[in-house]
Amino acid sequence: MTTVRKKESVFVVVQLSGGNDFMNTLVPYSNPVYYDNRKLLNIPAEDVLPLNDSLGWHPEMAPIKDLYDRDMVAVVQGIGYPDSNRSHFRGMDIWHTCTPDEVSTVGWLGSTLEQLDPRGENPLTGINFGVGLPKAMTKMGVPVTSVSNLDTYGLMSGIGASEQRDEALEIFKNMYAQAIGTGPVMDYLSQTGNDVLKGADIIKVAPEKYESTIEYGNSSIAKSLRDVARVHTAGLGSRIFYTQQGGYDTHANQLPSQPGLFRDLSRAVADFFDDLAEHDADDNVVMLIFSEFGRRIYDNGSGTDHGSGGGAFLVGKPIKGGLYSEYPSLDKDRWAKGEDLEHTIDYRGIYGTVLEQWLDLEASPIVLGDFEQIKPFRDEFYATK
Amino acid sequence: MSSNDLKLKAHLLRRAGFGSTRSELEALEDKSYEEVVEDLLFPERFPDLDEDYINRYNPDISYHDIHPGNSGKWVWRMINTKRPLEEKIALFWHHVFATAWYKGEHTPSQLAQIDTFRKNGLSDINTILLDLSKDPAMNYWLDNCENHSTQPNENWGRELLELFSMGVGNYSEDDIKNAARAFTGWTFEQPQPLYPYGSYETSFIYNESDHDDGEKTFLGKTGNFNGEDIIDIISEQKATAKFICRHLYTFFVEDEPQVHTWSIESPRNPQALEQLINVFDKNDGQIKPLLRFLFNSDFFKNAMFKKVKNPAELVAGTMKVVGKYSVIPQDGEVVATLNSKVSVMGQDLMNPPTVEGWHTGQEWIDGGTLNERVNFAVDQFNDPTSPGIKDILERLGKQINSKDLLDKCLDLVGPLEVSEDTYGALQKYANAVGDINLDGNEFKQENIEKITRMIQLIVSTREYQFA
Repeated sequence: MTTVRKKESVFVVVQLSGGNDFMNTLVPYSNPVYYDNRKLLNIPAEDVLPLNDSLGWHPEMAPIKDLYDRDMVAVVQGIGYPDSNRSHFRGMDIWHTCTPDEVSTVGWLGSTLEQLDPRGENPLTGINFGVGLPKAMTKMGVPVTSVSNLDTYGLMSGIGASEQRDEALEIFKNMYAQAIGTGPVMDYLSQTGNDVLKGADIIKVAPEKYESTIEYGNSSIAKSLRDVARVHTAGLGSRIFYTQQGGYDTHANQLPSQPGLFRDLSRAVADFFDDLAEHDADDNVVMLIFSEFGRRIYDNGSGTDHGSGGGAFLVGKPIKGGLYSEYPSLDKDRWAKGEDLEHTIDYRGIYGTVLEQWLDLEASPIVLGDFEQIKPFRDEFYATK
Repeated sequence: MSSNDLKLKAHLLRRAGFGSTRSELEALEDKSYEEVVEDLLFPERFPDLDEDYINRYNPDISYHDIHPGNSGKWVWRMINTKRPLEEKIALFWHHVFATAWYKGEHTPSQLAQIDTFRKNGLSDINTILLDLSKDPAMNYWLDNCENHSTQPNENWGRELLELFSMGVGNYSEDDIKNAARAFTGWTFEQPQPLYPYGSYETSFIYNESDHDDGEKTFLGKTGNFNGEDIIDIISEQKATAKFICRHLYTFFVEDEPQVHTWSIESPRNPQALEQLINVFDKNDGQIKPLLRFLFNSDFFKNAMFKKVKNPAELVAGTMKVVGKYSVIPQDGEVVATLNSKVSVMGQDLMNPPTVEGWHTGQEWIDGGTLNERVNFAVDQFNDPTSPGIKDILERLGKQINSKDLLDKCLDLVGPLEVSEDTYGALQKYANAVGDINLDGNEFKQENIEKITRMIQLIVSTREYQFA
């Protein structure tokens, strides 16, 4: 298969933190088991945006449904892993490190970045937008940039006057100069300080260069995705972007909270792709939207408790839209642990799909095993390998 | 006070507490180093903090959520306590016995656990482990409430041995099983009221009917052991002495490799560790004599700036020098801010990532956290009207020549020792600033800003990241 990709492939991850309720994202609206178990927390059949005879989008997901109708969304149904962990942290950790059975400090995208930029030449190869670097992006010795506010990013951002800030940065650079014999921890600090300086120095052109007619919303996910767009369109060699939207831990009051999250998310995602299209920068971008677990099949009268078997989305122009894998069975004797949706495809297979078919990397050393993949890319966008 | 003496006391207060202001250091002038150590070891000599005001005027501090309010309040305690070692030893045991709020989301028991560490943290290992075994937050965190006579759950038994006392390689899988059996029936009162919102406090209960009273063999001893017996046996193990001493060494003296590598990686200073183990043994696992020995040892005194500050140390220590967050709220000060600062640097207090606790030392630092750490410190020193900067300006005097500016600032911020490169880079700035006269001339404001900038540069150094 030949590739027609002119530019390097770019991968954007959107993490929905807290455990998104997949059953109320893509609703099995013709299945009575759903309504029997979701006495309170159901989306009435007449409200869903039908995808087919059995599944419908949450009404607030209209912008993503629109992308789906334009053939740009691959729905990965039933994504998960065996014996899903219900702890948020541990659950997310497992998604970040690909090690369900032990605690690891190596993130799967950290390993990916190491392959993409083996000598760590560009600290912007991987960028996180948000507060705190996700474990997925970390690996000792692999430079990665973490930006909480693109417009003020960088060291000494509290020093207002630019002349003085530049002076301070110059001194910082000298202070963090690599010296011989100061010990490995000092060396590491010097290296890290220089990476931050270098990254901040390159990234500052992004907000300056960027112009767009797209008006993003005010939500934090909209701000983050706009930042991704600004950096991506600036052409700084970034290959992996990471960002997250929190608030999906809907133990209580799910009914009023989930629609707002979906509204913010789907509008931000649609605006993002419109923005890339406007910049003719969309044919090398694929986005993964995932959450650490789904939620319990039955509601608790106010929300839903932690469960397993969720869903993920791959979005972008290179994507061949449609439903992938299988929607978890609602048949009671197939419920995992007697109360959860079973998983029908392993998340590491979806990572593998992106690594091998999109980023041209060998998957198994990164996801630590061989897992079933899907074929979600349009023929002309397939990687060469 | 000689400058060496002052440096040493500052070192002691960084390690046994959360740093010191210059006035606090000067107040110790009449005390010997050894006397300061004794004061630290007997927190009850000093008054406890009065929490009434902060509890009343900071609605963030709720019984529903650990953060931002309650963990922010802990940082406030670190900044303002007159009993620094009490908070520091609580943080130490929190590092070792990592229990996180996110699983149970039960705030009262999480707070009670930290308070237990404040109270028993300097006692002895037997008391500490026994209290821990009865601690409701720990009990739920490691599922001992699911550890039944008919169906044992090994989670607590395993971590007690692996992470809290002896370390891997010093016991068998059978020891774990038997330890778990001995703790069956150790549970807590149901704290959750059905309606309305809120949680009751809870306490330990021993449910005899759910206890497996059969014979157990544990670490070579056989009997109808209960939990207390297991703790007694553990407390006498050489492995426990070694493991706890190594923890104390890495927390108070010098960064060791990460805990999970200890069965493979040898200690940085085997001799020092051996000395600590001896003291531990001689005093039946009492922490106070052990820390007395540690703080007075040469290896401790020689370990100045050999540890990467954990985020709590960085934030509390910086706030102390800046002179902020003594009474919250004041203009621009919110208790939640203190938690958001430590958590973006990777240390969400009372909510560690796993039972393994935080990875410390060098692993506190990555591009994102370094950016946060530097900007945090620079931002705190941005306001020349803050009490800390005012104090520094006063101490600098009205006439400061450029040669003195750097040395005096380094001294007043720490005293901080920096490498030659760092010193050279800072010296260039000082030279560019030139001699400063703060005596009412028209450039006063500008000159104050130049000094402020000097301090900001100092707190952005690599060296400032070390305690």
